[in-house]
Amino acid sequence: MTTRRVVARAPQDTPAGLWTYLLLAVSMLFAAFPLYWMFVIATSNDEALAKLPPAVIPGDRFLTNVEEVFSLQDVYFAASLVNSVIVSAVVTASVLFFCSLAGFAFAKLRFKGSGALMLFVVLTLTVPNQLGIVALYIVMGKLGWNGTLLAVIAPGLVTAFGVFYMRQFIVNTVPDELVESARVDGATTMRVYATIVVPSIRPALAVLGLLTFVATWNDFQWPLITLSGTDYPTSMVAVSDLASGNYVIYRRVLAGAFIATVPLLVMLFIGGRQIVRGIMEGAVKS
Amino acid sequence: MSSTRAAPPRRPPAPQRGSAGDRRMTWRDRLYRFDMRYMPYLMIAPFFLLFIVFGLFPLLFNAVVSLRNYRLDDPTLPYWAGMENFSRLSADEDFWNALYNTFGIFLLSTVPQLLLALLVASLLNRKLRAQTWWRVGVLLPYVTPIVASTMVFSVFFSRDFGMANWALGLLGIGGADDPIDWRAGKLQAWIAIATMVNWKWIGYNALLYLAAMQSIPRDVYEAAAIDGAGPWKQLWRITVPMIQPVVVFTVILSTIGGLQLFTEPMLFDPNAQAATGGPDGEWQTIAQLIYKVGWKDLNLGYAAAMSWALFLIILVVAGLNYLLTNRLSGGRR
Repeated sequence: MTTRRVVARAPQDTPAGLWTYLLLAVSMLFAAFPLYWMFVIATSNDEALAKLPPAVIPGDRFLTNVEEVFSLQDVYFAASLVNSVIVSAVVTASVLFFCSLAGFAFAKLRFKGSGALMLFVVLTLTVPNQLGIVALYIVMGKLGWNGTLLAVIAPGLVTAFGVFYMRQFIVNTVPDELVESARVDGATTMRVYATIVVPSIRPALAVLGLLTFVATWNDFQWPLITLSGTDYPTSMVAVSDLASGNYVIYRRVLAGAFIATVPLLVMLFIGGRQIVRGIMEGAVKS
Repeated sequence: MSSTRAAPPRRPPAPQRGSAGDRRMTWRDRLYRFDMRYMPYLMIAPFFLLFIVFGLFPLLFNAVVSLRNYRLDDPTLPYWAGMENFSRLSADEDFWNALYNTFGIFLLSTVPQLLLALLVASLLNRKLRAQTWWRVGVLLPYVTPIVASTMVFSVFFSRDFGMANWALGLLGIGGADDPIDWRAGKLQAWIAIATMVNWKWIGYNALLYLAAMQSIPRDVYEAAAIDGAGPWKQLWRITVPMIQPVVVFTVILSTIGGLQLFTEPMLFDPNAQAATGGPDGEWQTIAQLIYKVGWKDLNLGYAAAMSWALFLIILVVAGLNYLLTNRLSGGRR
């Protein structure tokens, strides 16, 4: 039995000690190092890769390497970056619009079967779309979309997670009274959506937008399947193309990988707080 | 995924303009009635239409394709194959090898990943200076494209000048004279790939745990501390049991993700295009084998059978997981 007076505090109220900071710093280093090292190689010449102990200071060849990546004859890197921007932007805009619309309907409107339909949405959360990939390829073939950006965009236009997330947020933040008084004033449902719902769910739109953009930008398997053999894939496929062939030049591969990562790093830098909140809230609610 | 109560039914807000007996409805009334009655369905329709066409239908249609001969390079084969694809599957060494690899990598990644996430979360679950900064920091791997990080890790795990071997050499393992060839055997390759998966997902899972930890009532800890429970005991006896639903959730999430592992094993291979997962399939996963069978060997019917089988495996494993984690962490209460 301890006789000393124990400081009875929950962890979340206990100021972190030196050890906590030290361990956190180590995990931060672990998290950041591969990215940093990607940059180091992306800025170096060929020899840096084979150095032991490893090179840890960036070289001065960044622009040269980047230029090389963009001027390659068999990988159209610039075009694939543009494709990634198009796909991610369209998918994000569409997810935000359709999911907030459906979320609003499920949260605040009364209609027959809404309970059962919402249950269906929740059940589909657990279905990994990836498993239907062979048939999806056949469907896209019938539509004549394989090899085009449409094939990459279409399956991402709505997500069950988005509908679910929006519904939860709207239930909690949009007051019923506000919706009702707008109705009394004669506003149509779409008008209520545009003037009341959208302005009050801006934070949720930011979160879902960031998460959707990141996920779409990073997708690899489906773009690889449907866009293989085309000259203009997405940037993820283009990076993997940089690494194919008999003689791989890693400073090029990692320069390309780094360029394709930068947009997401910028997003994390700008919207980090939102992304963190989105992930943490997603957990509490689910 | 438990709190899915339906929206509480509310009274229709606005008063009905045209009364029931009034036959002649004005245009406004019609619009109003349409808006009240059908607008909600129009608003949810895009989700259901798109999901059914590009999500649900392919999944079910996969089952049909798996019973067919569907070769991209030979359309003359008889239409139906019956159970042929499945019986071939059961005797296919590649399939069992890939299944074995998938489970091996899955175990090596899920267990350490979730344990480390728990530790990181409990570090973050203190009063910290620059709190947001730390939380955003652990998400760096989450926003890094797997394609990019896998390229980096492939270089780390190269035999002769790789950083992994160099670091292990400093610890007296392997070293320059006897470097580990990460692509030469199952275990090494599994460890390398699992490291990539762990790196990517620890921070994400840590945030999920952190969210749950912060909602644990404070007085539970106070009582435990007065009874003399140290931080370690508090973590295992209070925190973990109290965040059990989130633990179950993350276990299921990482099961679904882990059994579909594709990008890391693909790009770990210097000869990625072949999709063989090493010269002898040392680290070929099921998702990778499906890609190879479908788009390299052009046998979509057989690939569909494989993905349908994987679907069933995931269902079973996720269910088992649910029961197990529930029991394990529930028993500690």
